[in-house]
Amino acid sequence: MWALIHRDWQLAGRRRVEALLPLVFFIVAASLFPLGVGPESQMLRTMAPGVVWVCALLASLLSLGGLYGSDHADGSLEQMLLSGRSLAGLALAKAIAHWVINGLPLVLASPVLGLLFDMQPRELATLVFSLLLGTPVLSLLGGVGAALTLGLRSGGMLIVLLVLPLAMPVLIFGAGAVGAVSAGVSPEGHLSLLGALLLLTLLGAPWATAAALKIALD
Amino acid sequence: MSIPSWTTFAAPSRFEPLAAALMPWLWLVCLGFSLAGLYMGFMIAPSDFQQGQAYRIIFIHVPAAWMSMVLYLAMAFWAGVGWAFNIRLASMLSRAIAPTGALFTFIALWTGALWGKPTWGTWWVWDARLTSELILLFLYLGYIALVEAIDDPRRGDHAGALLALVGAVNVPIIYFSVRWWNTLHQGSTISMTAAPKMANTMLTAMLLMTVAFWAYAFAVVFTRTRAIVVERERGAQWVQALTASGKE
Amino acid sequence: MPPWPLHAQALACRRGERLLFQHLDLSVMPGQAVWVRGPNGQGKTSLLRVLAGLSRPDDGHVQVNKPLVYIGHQQALKDDLTALEALSFLVRLHAWPAGDSRHDEDTIEQALNHMGVKARRHALVRTLSQGQRRRVALARLVLSPPGSVWLLDEPFDALDDQGVTTLNALIQGHRQAGGAVVLTSHQALTLPDLVECHLDQQATR
Repeated sequence: MWALIHRDWQLAGRRRVEALLPLVFFIVAASLFPLGVGPESQMLRTMAPGVVWVCALLASLLSLGGLYGSDHADGSLEQMLLSGRSLAGLALAKAIAHWVINGLPLVLASPVLGLLFDMQPRELATLVFSLLLGTPVLSLLGGVGAALTLGLRSGGMLIVLLVLPLAMPVLIFGAGAVGAVSAGVSPEGHLSLLGALLLLTLLGAPWATAAALKIALD
Repeated sequence: MSIPSWTTFAAPSRFEPLAAALMPWLWLVCLGFSLAGLYMGFMIAPSDFQQGQAYRIIFIHVPAAWMSMVLYLAMAFWAGVGWAFNIRLASMLSRAIAPTGALFTFIALWTGALWGKPTWGTWWVWDARLTSELILLFLYLGYIALVEAIDDPRRGDHAGALLALVGAVNVPIIYFSVRWWNTLHQGSTISMTAAPKMANTMLTAMLLMTVAFWAYAFAVVFTRTRAIVVERERGAQWVQALTASGKE
Repeated sequence: MPPWPLHAQALACRRGERLLFQHLDLSVMPGQAVWVRGPNGQGKTSLLRVLAGLSRPDDGHVQVNKPLVYIGHQQALKDDLTALEALSFLVRLHAWPAGDSRHDEDTIEQALNHMGVKARRHALVRTLSQGQRRRVALARLVLSPPGSVWLLDEPFDALDDQGVTTLNALIQGHRQAGGAVVLTSHQALTLPDLVECHLDQQATR
């Protein structure tokens, strides 16, 4: 299924501005918080992990509307179904493509945001690592949501509403890991739970996405 | 007439009269047990040593919370059955359960707030159970939003089933993560689990209220299911005969 | 009796609450071309989708013994890819022909050439006309395995006379090699030995 990932990468490259919108949203949204709550650095430092994580969550979810939408609209999704290839494999490939295009830039941009909030190096490292583990989970969960809402008018917002409750554990463990480091405690517990979530989602989400696609296209 | 098996009532045409017949009894049970439960809870059970009279709201809060969780599982179960075995009535039943489940979740949250205010001075506490209830409300709302957004009833049924099942699987994960989150941020040690020690009468009152809520849920869900059945099967002969004869 | 490439029995299809057709039997022999006819909205596209396996029929079943190629109304070409890239992706997706060497650019270019669009192979699909897109989509047929069953929904749409001739020749060549074709078309077809399947008659049976 590298062909699919390669193709999505090519398509994103031809629409660079659209592909970068979630990243821009991420940065802008996170920057709003100091404006909202005041520039007091101690408070910002405490808030930082949560703020960065919530913004990463929203940025990831907002880009999901087009995950299957464009392929559905021009008939490519039908051809993928007809090809006899495993739907779950397809779902996994799409999730990987989504992560590379949307999630990875968030991970790479997070240190910059962390610095804006005056985070310490150890916290920054934990932030990046937690996002590295967590954003794939969001892409995988998002795939399920996108497949369920395929072709629906209310698409984008509905996906966010459906996936957010499921993504809360990721948020809790991800932000919690950084918070633990701030408090001087080891983030190992949080990170291993995050890793476990990633494994669980890797096993379950492609299968659920495949089922959702079959439901949506029957 | 052959001996009815449990699949006999899977046909909408047979379910509808059954539900109609059960209605008055369900409401009677609901009314009876509510009166008994409320009487016990508000009149007979002793006032709590620490929290005074305000704690009595738990006679509504706890059964409502239980119902909200049980109904979610029921909703997921029936939706799954409807999806796996292609039984329309099961899917209609789960659609009917959702709003009632959401209502109980809302009641649990609201009564939780009412309890919190006089007891700890705040309208909301981010403790593990209340936060999980809030997320459960979001899960219900998501299910309702999804099935309402899909025009094709069968696709709506199946998509809802998948979502409900995914939600059901996630509920333990969510609950665990919220508890983890709560115990780490040790700010306040306020917790809903710090309920007063259960005197016998208190427990009885809560159980009475639970039965009352059960009966209420059955009554309302069955009524809603009947409405869904009549609407969806309106092309079928038995429905047309039913509506023609002027019944409700 | 050798297995039919495609055999459908007692098919019924509904859209919403409307019954489109029922009790439809269809067997497609090697070398046959079946023209599915009927007024708009009668279910021609639905029938092709059911035969392709994209939808479940409300009744009856479909048995398929040969590879299927389905080209629907939508061409499945991504706007932002070049014609060559889009076609390559589809070919790779369906993994035919077997064997890597024929996935290469040359073969695909030849297919595009056959359909008369080689000159635009590096143009983005977005910039192609409807007729050109249709030709790119149909180029897949050139590369399909022999003996396969083609399910084509309005393939002649948007094609000019040249394109129609090319497609006719393609279909005939495929039939002679033992393949079969099921297609819909509003335009009159000039193919020899066509079997006609009228959907408006099926619904009332």
